[in-house]
Amino acid sequence: MDFALPAEIESIRVEAERLAATFGDDYWRAKDTAHEFPWEFYRAFAAGGWLGILVPQQYGGAGLGVMAAGTLLRAVASSGGAMNAASTLHLSIFGMGPVIHHGSEALKSKYLPLTASGELHVSFGVTEDDAGTDTSRIRTSAVRHGDHWVVSGKKTWNTKAQQADKILLLARTTPREQCAKPLDGMTLFLADLDRSYCEIREIAKLGRNAVNSNEVFLRELPVDDADVVGEVGRGFYHLLDGINPERIVIAAEAVGIGRRALDCATSYARERVVFGRPIGQNQAIAHPLADSWSELEAADLLWLKAAWAYDRGDSAGALANMAKLRAADAGFRACDRALQTLGGFGYASEYNIERYWRESRLMRIAPISQEMALNFLCEHVLGLPKSY
Amino acid sequence: MKILVTVKRVPDPESSIKVNPEGTGIVESGLKWVVNPFDEIAIEEALRIKEAQGDVEVVVVSVGVSESQEQLRTGLAMGADRAILVKADRPDTAAVAKILVKLVEKEQPTLVILGKQAIDDDSNEVGQMLAHLLGWPQATFISKLTFAGDKASVECIREVDGGMETIAFALPAIITADLRLNEPRYASLPGIMKARKKPMEEIDAASLGVDLTPRVRIKKMAPPPARTAGRKVESVDELINALQTEAKVM
Repeated sequence: MDFALPAEIESIRVEAERLAATFGDDYWRAKDTAHEFPWEFYRAFAAGGWLGILVPQQYGGAGLGVMAAGTLLRAVASSGGAMNAASTLHLSIFGMGPVIHHGSEALKSKYLPLTASGELHVSFGVTEDDAGTDTSRIRTSAVRHGDHWVVSGKKTWNTKAQQADKILLLARTTPREQCAKPLDGMTLFLADLDRSYCEIREIAKLGRNAVNSNEVFLRELPVDDADVVGEVGRGFYHLLDGINPERIVIAAEAVGIGRRALDCATSYARERVVFGRPIGQNQAIAHPLADSWSELEAADLLWLKAAWAYDRGDSAGALANMAKLRAADAGFRACDRALQTLGGFGYASEYNIERYWRESRLMRIAPISQEMALNFLCEHVLGLPKSY
Repeated sequence: MKILVTVKRVPDPESSIKVNPEGTGIVESGLKWVVNPFDEIAIEEALRIKEAQGDVEVVVVSVGVSESQEQLRTGLAMGADRAILVKADRPDTAAVAKILVKLVEKEQPTLVILGKQAIDDDSNEVGQMLAHLLGWPQATFISKLTFAGDKASVECIREVDGGMETIAFALPAIITADLRLNEPRYASLPGIMKARKKPMEEIDAASLGVDLTPRVRIKKMAPPPARTAGRKVESVDELINALQTEAKVM
């Protein structure tokens, strides 16, 4: 048993923190307020080759694993960039996972180098209003039309669709009732997001406003055969590979935000004097902060263990769900307690805590709700009957 | 051409420094450690010379504890070719200069670039001592470095009290970098990956046959006195009077 991190992971942490530190709270608060995509931050990390962290080396990436990616994303989340920073990189790093694992050689050699360099922007198009986690009920469909496919339907929560050139799109290619299993008969496409066949509307939301989320209305969008990812009819199963790593790095991001909030709160508690003593000398202030510190440490160990298991090829489903569950709660609670510590100033945008608070709340519902993570553990770890 | 660049492990300038209760040094546990910022500028300058001239080897050197490996790795990740760590327990500036003399004799560099000073003790001595011990020309606090056409000499602009001084001299030489020399790059991910495969040589300082006996002894370390509250004055006249008679700055 050795808890020491590999030297390479430590180097990634140090260097990613150094670069992320050049974009401070003022930068992120301005971007969030103006709903502006953080291009300067994106370009700095693209130029440093960071977007290719998971892309195999033969396609111009670093070919590293989930522990490395989680370390990078935790570093940017803890820099004050919170989810605005993490999502900016996260999308480029994870969006193309199904292409890395299941794409044709032609697809990989055409698009992965552009992913690694940051030139290609891909939005993720799976979720629909009436399907949510019950993916088998998506209504977006793709039909054959001569030598190509035509896709119609509506997707929602498409992150970064405003900037995207491509959309990784899940569509029914065989009606649900004609399939042996409900999750069969769906196909994954890396489609051109051609604005003449679609409409993109930004969704107003609680936080992470530098990175847009959208509804995408697709009206007979043509897609080439060459842009099918993996096998026709196996699209859902191709997505599955990406689910666990995504939960693991989301956990890392939640830990990063929580630590940032806690750092701000403890500095404040040391310096803020009320009734003749620093408020951090009061246990009602100090104990919650210490409690959150330990919760974040525990969550950090859990995502690292999940990443370690995934990277060595073990089934990491239970660990990934537990890491996401624990880190999302620990991260949000740390932000909430930090807000409480700062009192009225915590509610003021200038102190940044309210921004962390809004953004960390997201981890408890995405990429999967806490309740569905618990359902996974009930069914697959405790062996209880499936409840839904 | 070979360029030797020094790298010192120092506390992160962002961290808050506390003097230990014994008054013998600072509390080191829990501190974040980084490359001395002036040494980062030195590394950057060496890398720019390498990029401009092609056939240049950049060797980063640190004298200190084993953990200084981390700072040398940063230098390698930025683009240096190899690293040398000389393990020594808290050497003073004279000892570091003498160790560097041995490395210069062994490596035969054309140029040694150091940060003008380390931000921990701000001694600002090693570059000058090294130049003296080697009998090489030196240019300290430089903000610009230009190679002559035949690459056998350089012209430097030094930031000195009251202005800029331009000096030219033949190589080999010692250069110490000031803040405005360049803006150092951040390590790229491919750079970090390559750094792990680059050679890092470890040498025990005792094996170099130099006298490491400290010439400097720290008798006592104390934090600066806490700032006391200021005083409000009623009028401009009272302010001018206070500045003249109490502060004696006018």
